[in-house]
Amino acid sequence: MSEQNIYLPYLMTIDKITNEAPGVKTFKLKFQNEEEANAFNFKAGQFGEYSAFGEGESTFCIASAPTRKGYIECTFRETGKVTSGLADLEEGSTMGFRGPFGNTFPMDEWKGKSLVFIAGGIALPPMRCVIQNALDLRENFKDITIVYGAKSVNDLVYKDELKEWADRPDVNLVTTVDPGGETPDWKGEIGFVPSIVDKTAPSPENTIAIVCGPPIMIKFTFPVLEKLGFKDNQIYTTLENRMKCGVGKCGRCNVGKLYVCKDGPVFSKEQLNNIPAEEY
Amino acid sequence: METKYISKNGLNEWFSQIVKSGKRVYAPVKEREQVEFKKVQALSEVADEYIQTTQSIKSAVFPRAEVLFSYEKESGKVNVEDFNPDTVKETVLWKIHPCDAAGFKPLTAIFNWDYKDKLYNAHLEKTTLVTFSCAKADKSCFCTSVNGGPGNTAGSDVQLTMLPDGGAIVEILTPKGEALVQLAASAFENDKEEDKSKYLADVPQMFDVEAIKAKLATAFDSPVWKEQSERCLGCGACAFVCPTCACFDIQEDAHGSKGKRIRCWDSCGFSLFTKHTSGHNPRAVQSQRWRQRILHKFSYMPDRLSVLGCTGCGRCSRACPVDMNILEHLTSIAKK
Amino acid sequence: MDKLRQRAAALLADGTVTLVIGYEEGTNKPRPIFCHTAEEAEKLIYSSHCIHNLAVYLTKKELMGTGKVAITATIPALRSILQLAIENQLNEENLLVITVTDKEEVKEFANFAEIEAYIADFQLKLEGKEQEIIDKLEGMSREERFKFWMEEMSHCFKCYACRAACPLCYCTKCIVEENRPQWINPWAAPLANMEWQINRAMHMAGRCTGCGACGDACPVGIPIHLLTRKMMEDLAPEFGFTPGQPSKNGNALSTWKADDKENFIR
Repeated sequence: MSEQNIYLPYLMTIDKITNEAPGVKTFKLKFQNEEEANAFNFKAGQFGEYSAFGEGESTFCIASAPTRKGYIECTFRETGKVTSGLADLEEGSTMGFRGPFGNTFPMDEWKGKSLVFIAGGIALPPMRCVIQNALDLRENFKDITIVYGAKSVNDLVYKDELKEWADRPDVNLVTTVDPGGETPDWKGEIGFVPSIVDKTAPSPENTIAIVCGPPIMIKFTFPVLEKLGFKDNQIYTTLENRMKCGVGKCGRCNVGKLYVCKDGPVFSKEQLNNIPAEEY
Repeated sequence: METKYISKNGLNEWFSQIVKSGKRVYAPVKEREQVEFKKVQALSEVADEYIQTTQSIKSAVFPRAEVLFSYEKESGKVNVEDFNPDTVKETVLWKIHPCDAAGFKPLTAIFNWDYKDKLYNAHLEKTTLVTFSCAKADKSCFCTSVNGGPGNTAGSDVQLTMLPDGGAIVEILTPKGEALVQLAASAFENDKEEDKSKYLADVPQMFDVEAIKAKLATAFDSPVWKEQSERCLGCGACAFVCPTCACFDIQEDAHGSKGKRIRCWDSCGFSLFTKHTSGHNPRAVQSQRWRQRILHKFSYMPDRLSVLGCTGCGRCSRACPVDMNILEHLTSIAKK
Repeated sequence: MDKLRQRAAALLADGTVTLVIGYEEGTNKPRPIFCHTAEEAEKLIYSSHCIHNLAVYLTKKELMGTGKVAITATIPALRSILQLAIENQLNEENLLVITVTDKEEVKEFANFAEIEAYIADFQLKLEGKEQEIIDKLEGMSREERFKFWMEEMSHCFKCYACRAACPLCYCTKCIVEENRPQWINPWAAPLANMEWQINRAMHMAGRCTGCGACGDACPVGIPIHLLTRKMMEDLAPEFGFTPGQPSKNGNALSTWKADDKENFIR
């Protein structure tokens, strides 16, 4: 009975390291085992448990799109034991990956709709996979708007990608920095993300809004969307709770009776209304 | 399902055959002031007069610390050694209570929920459960309130009910149980048609678990959680002695280039259990953690896995340093 | 008991205190109770069976709140209160300490100095069986002692009831919760357990007041209080404090004085 050990990670080689912002890195990872590489499949929204051998595991979303084969990407900020261990690794070293776990953004349901992506700071990574996915299937969606903000110009991640998105005529990209975070040559908006969303005023007509960011940003963005006419079933977000196993067993990511690793991390606002807000 | 009779001598014979077969046998043994499960070689080592062991026997399938896999780093590469199920030894759990056997059901449910836990299943496959029905109970026991009972056979491979003559009624419940019986088939005699219920403890039902589940569905914001948990110290005693608590942590045991990834017991009662790296803790105060314990066992698990997270064994109440008597708390919720 | 109940009820009724921490009847023995109203004060009891050290609750901010709190303290708890006071963990104005004397009189302390005078009359002593274990340990060689404690540690499953029950373990981040570096392995295994207990004994050095709450709390019956107790007795002559009295000379491990003996440096 050669059952797979769900706690055993895939061995990955770090193909490329990009320094996105102070303390924030993106790793491009390739499977060391070709069979595993070919068999691997995931959907936008899913996450993985990334191992630094010798330190432990950390939970990040898969930041690249499932439409782009042969590699996966993750973006993380160096904050603790494991992320520091990961940040010490060089291109060519081995790390681990377990996944894909969790549910997905229901992109099939969104065909034909307009999409509004709202993200703050280090929360752009979970969105990036679904943005890339949407752009790779651009004909499936009507208008695509991206509102992305960070504390300062330096803290914006995926700077190259942002340029790409800004240059596309079929994407409306609005970038902003917090007041005081601008540089003299900054041409984007200045203001907190919720107020810039208000200013951009995307239409709720046949539109889905996907919001990712620190709890405080989400707290102030939801009322803006409500004001603009978005219903609860038109708003999606991802929750992040402390996780360990990623497969619904260790009990850590319980939010009410839901498990963020199984029932999430993608939740609609409608679903969130039914679970105790204090648990996440 | 077959019922037989075994005499006192037959029991001795069967037990020694089990030990001779090379299987490890865990049984309750009197140790200092308590009774705990230990590996035994002879029936004489097994404890006699007691109500309950301090710890459950879940460690047979869910050890308190377990190596998930090990690895060695070598010039940028990593060599990994996976868990090998062949290293798991055949085990017999002897003289466990019906509440212990019942505890394997929620454990199996969690460890097989969509993703199958190779380690847990490897242990369980090689474990045979021999339960003894309970002739005595104390006021911390409440199996009958959680769909259990002193003679309940759920989860058992074989169940013995001791008789005044030193022999026992033997209920052979599963193929695993049958295989164990076959180790000393001649020791067993035909069923003497004894009435098992005569030898069972009286455990009055104290609450209706379905009614509690219904109450809990709307009790999230109730002040009862703070009231009940004021004296709770936030240790892990209740979770660790519990036969159904399965929350765990994953840690790294690394030295130089070698390392092991370890799974170890954890408790939702610990303050750090849900703390985010950012510092935000959704369950920052003990009342929230106490609420999680009760809701998870009596509301969330029945909802998601169709199984109760409690078998009424009473261990948590007995082990708790400040007498958080779960039966008392549940009865109080039932009355609200 | 009546006098205690009446006094507690009165203190709550007239708003002098917002909370009375005391004991009530439990399943098999007394347990802590938190009385917020005069009615709840009816449940208060006090006897020699009241063994929990209630001082452990005094550093829990979520329980204590901002008002004045009364606590019915046993002799061991009084010692812990004095040690907590020396370590600046208590606000004397917001705390009303009450005890019940041998003659069943309710005694309220006006300040910590009064508590100190009161407990000076009470000797810190161990019960028979426990003193036997200490004597046995005294007679063992180092190797034998290590073996004894490693055997005890094989039972420990790192529930941290010992830490949770100790009034002096009030660190908001315990050393086992630090993972950069991981000083102490968090899983249960004899050596990892030993690491934890040795560390706890070291952190208790010179601070432990010998209340035995840790040993009482241990669900698997490890006499862990004897380790910290022995540490206390061994250290007392070296660092100039009396076992059971608050360490006015500072803490053995965290206070440095210019005239500290340094004869271990050779």
